[in-house]
Amino acid sequence: MGAGKRRTGGRAEGRTENAPLQTACSPVRPSAIIGKAHRKVDAVAKVTGTTKFADDLAFPRMLYCKLLRSSQAHARIVSIDVSAATRLEGVQAVLTGRDFPIPFGILPVSQDEHALCPDKVRFIGDPVAAVAATSEEAATAALDLIRVEYAPLRPITDAEDAVAHPEPRIHDYGDAGNIHKLIDLEFGDVEAGFAEADLVREDLFFFEGSTHLPMEQHAAVAVWSPDRKVTLWSATQTPHYVHRALAKVLELPPSRIRVIATPNGGGFGGKSDPFSHEIVVAKLAMVTGRPVKITLTREEVFYCHRGRHPTLMWIKTGLKQDGAITGMHFKSLLDGGGYGSYGVASTYYTGALQTVTYRTPRYKFQGARAFTNKAPCGPKRGHGTPQPRFALEVHMDKIAEQLGVDPAEMRLKTLVPPNSLTANYLRVGSMGLGACIEKVVEGSGWKEKFRKLPEGRGVGLACSSYISGAGLPIYWNNMPHSGVQLKCDRGGGVTVFCGSTEIGQGSDSVLAYIVAEVLGIDPFDIAVVTGDTDLTPVDLGSYSSRVTLMTGNAAIQAAERARDILAVHAAAKLQVPAEQLAFAGGRVFDARDPERGLGFAETVQLAEAAEGTVGTVGSYTPPRSAGTYRGAGVGPSPAYSYSACVAEVDVDPGTGVVRVPTIWIAHDVGKCINAAAVIGQVEGSVYMGLGEALMEEMAYRGNRNVVHKIPSLLEYKSPTTLEMCDVVTYLVEDPDPNGPFGAKEVGQGPLLPVMPAVANAVYDAVGVRVDEVPVTPEKVLKALRKKGKGEEGRVGPLSFPDIPWPEPTRVPPPWEGGDGKAVGQRA
Amino acid sequence: MVTIALEVNGEPTEVAFAPHKTLLEVLREDLGLTGTKHGCELGECGTCTVLLDGTPVLSCLVLGLACANHAVKTVEGMALGGRLHPLQETFADLGAAQCGYCTPAFLLAAEALLAENPNPTRDEIKDALAGNLCRCTGYIKIYEAVELAAAHLRGEDARPSEESLYGRR
Repeated sequence: MGAGKRRTGGRAEGRTENAPLQTACSPVRPSAIIGKAHRKVDAVAKVTGTTKFADDLAFPRMLYCKLLRSSQAHARIVSIDVSAATRLEGVQAVLTGRDFPIPFGILPVSQDEHALCPDKVRFIGDPVAAVAATSEEAATAALDLIRVEYAPLRPITDAEDAVAHPEPRIHDYGDAGNIHKLIDLEFGDVEAGFAEADLVREDLFFFEGSTHLPMEQHAAVAVWSPDRKVTLWSATQTPHYVHRALAKVLELPPSRIRVIATPNGGGFGGKSDPFSHEIVVAKLAMVTGRPVKITLTREEVFYCHRGRHPTLMWIKTGLKQDGAITGMHFKSLLDGGGYGSYGVASTYYTGALQTVTYRTPRYKFQGARAFTNKAPCGPKRGHGTPQPRFALEVHMDKIAEQLGVDPAEMRLKTLVPPNSLTANYLRVGSMGLGACIEKVVEGSGWKEKFRKLPEGRGVGLACSSYISGAGLPIYWNNMPHSGVQLKCDRGGGVTVFCGSTEIGQGSDSVLAYIVAEVLGIDPFDIAVVTGDTDLTPVDLGSYSSRVTLMTGNAAIQAAERARDILAVHAAAKLQVPAEQLAFAGGRVFDARDPERGLGFAETVQLAEAAEGTVGTVGSYTPPRSAGTYRGAGVGPSPAYSYSACVAEVDVDPGTGVVRVPTIWIAHDVGKCINAAAVIGQVEGSVYMGLGEALMEEMAYRGNRNVVHKIPSLLEYKSPTTLEMCDVVTYLVEDPDPNGPFGAKEVGQGPLLPVMPAVANAVYDAVGVRVDEVPVTPEKVLKALRKKGKGEEGRVGPLSFPDIPWPEPTRVPPPWEGGDGKAVGQRA
Repeated sequence: MVTIALEVNGEPTEVAFAPHKTLLEVLREDLGLTGTKHGCELGECGTCTVLLDGTPVLSCLVLGLACANHAVKTVEGMALGGRLHPLQETFADLGAAQCGYCTPAFLLAAEALLAENPNPTRDEIKDALAGNLCRCTGYIKIYEAVELAAAHLRGEDARPSEESLYGRR
């Protein structure tokens, strides 16, 4: 693709709220960097072990922090006696909830956490007291000397228990009893849709919780300076939000707090909240005047959690004989655990993206999130959408069978058209799902295999879509979501500053490649400074698959502004019109006479001599949402990625063990920035999806005070090399006008279709339905036994509880004359 | 405190530490070799793998004291004279390191495999790396990097496949 074409495609609609950009130089030439496979800019540091993760940092006189965590699932704190701990040799400070009167939380509507619990504990592992000591051993020994008296309350064990038991309340806020959030949205009359359908089908599904399991345990180090400034290094995906939380809880001006996100040793959403331990070490550094470090144990990482919400779902869809959907009604009940976290957003997400794959003229969503006495749930890769995607895609598989049509062909006939608005006002831009389905169908030999393989072997197909960044920030504001600063050195090097956070997905590299492409220099001549609230402009963080699109657009703007400055001076020197200049190969030259040119460094020197230091900024704000109804904030995105997946399975009817030899996956990434990194994200997503499909579960002993069953890497089963399948990846590039060079997300979307594809393949293999994730051998065997007895060969939930749903928000869809507002909504 | 003599990355080294410390702690805290990581400190994840006399061990389960007069190799010892080891080159080129946290352990486990078996099959690679967890890559780029480095170490002029970098067309 030429640079000129990319320019119009790269921003037209996504930039509506940004000032128009200068586009002085537009030589048409093939991309030198974009779309190719590259080494990541931090690859050498990663393979030599020189990357400094948070726990690799150490400072003179550093103290070690340990947290005392609740042994009770639900209890009032009657008293805490820290006197013996304080007297222990080596102990420098002990803090309790009294030291942290101000609550915090990632969402403004859920400021329900305290750095240490002041009066009540809400799950086993809730932090109650903190010790700083001269050694980890002394800190650990001090924890044993802290006496906490609890008055136990009845624990709420799961979401249905929470619905059935409004008392005792876990929190004193929320929509009803122990129900945190209730949502009821209606886009058109779904009952009318069901009335005109040829087939109406209802199904129930359950998706068990799972956790991120990053290989790096959370760690943070705080340093307090006597000039009243605190610096926190932390393994966080969201330094900006940690900055805000620290300012609030510590009552310090943000200008006196510096948060530095160390490269994350895996995040997957698990390091996206501001955490108790980050605030505690900052406070301990303030109290002791010494550096303080904490590294969580693996067991504690399970208590921090914020992973996949266990979700019960009910879906009802009406369809015409040809597979066209006439209406869909979806209900979800999420087990939120002990705190709000991102949960309100997670709940909306369980109902938001059903509409962006298959045309759905009428849609109703009811969602509820319950508080329970378990580790808080939040955003894990796919955030709130893998559960409903599992339900929808297995439901579609059952419908196709009932209609007697091929599930791939049925989907192809009902695809949402590109450049369209859905019933719930999501604006779909580029839409490559059709191409994705065709790729995996052809590549897997679907037509020769589906319903044709011998007993015990089967194939299953599923599709999905995901956002390329959320349209709205976590807290309401009108500022950009991503900012980039760029500095050209007279030696020819360029430094890019951005608040984005490298979590292994390659965000540092994306900044370098994009700037290198625009300025025509080598990516390795670019220094990238990221995730430092003192040095870098705000980027909201590495979540919601937002970074490539948002920082990418901001980087393009900054780089093009720099190029425009440089072009003026190169043009004068070369006596060539600026529009005729090309930037490539470390040179600035006449596109019509490439011999006529200057070195990049020389060009910078000309500009610097004439104008002073060469520096620019760029920023990005997503387009406004099409919907304005209450709840319209979750789901809109500048661009949607699409994936299709075929899984082949081998099921042992004697043991119920499911083996997955191969997964074929096609992903519409819009445009690759670095093809090798895109492939890596697809393979990693398939891996994580396979783990969720077959084995991963965040399970508790509900009858024994809600104790976590398996808070260890040994017992929490995740795929090793021996379980991982072969992956055949197809990249589909359907460029989106809102993406940088047309790019959309890839870090999360390809996970989504794996679980339903595996479940559908198990049905194809042995004719039983496991309508639950994970699809464990026990469940497969149970379903096979039921089938053997002549019963329905199915394992899965049997009912959805009565929920006190509120009066629905009624929003007429666009084709019924709607304008994105709810009925009765004020202008 | 105890003091032991051992070889670390080819150099004779003396180090003093509290006797209860694991090799992992001695490496990271007393020798400043933070390239060796940890994911559980319970012997479950393989992230702290180092080579002890050429054999992969979980450094969180080995006492520092037990390493007296033995040879330890960590990731810091892989690149020699400012040149990356062939495994490091291929891990970097293929994106076999994403977050990079488990990478040092995989590199060392792979180095031990290739020292014994210069031409391993895909299944032999899977077996050799089955004790190391990676949450980012799905292992595939790691297998491909090991295979490519093995070819380079055998003196072959191998390149990454088109499919491995761009997907199947």
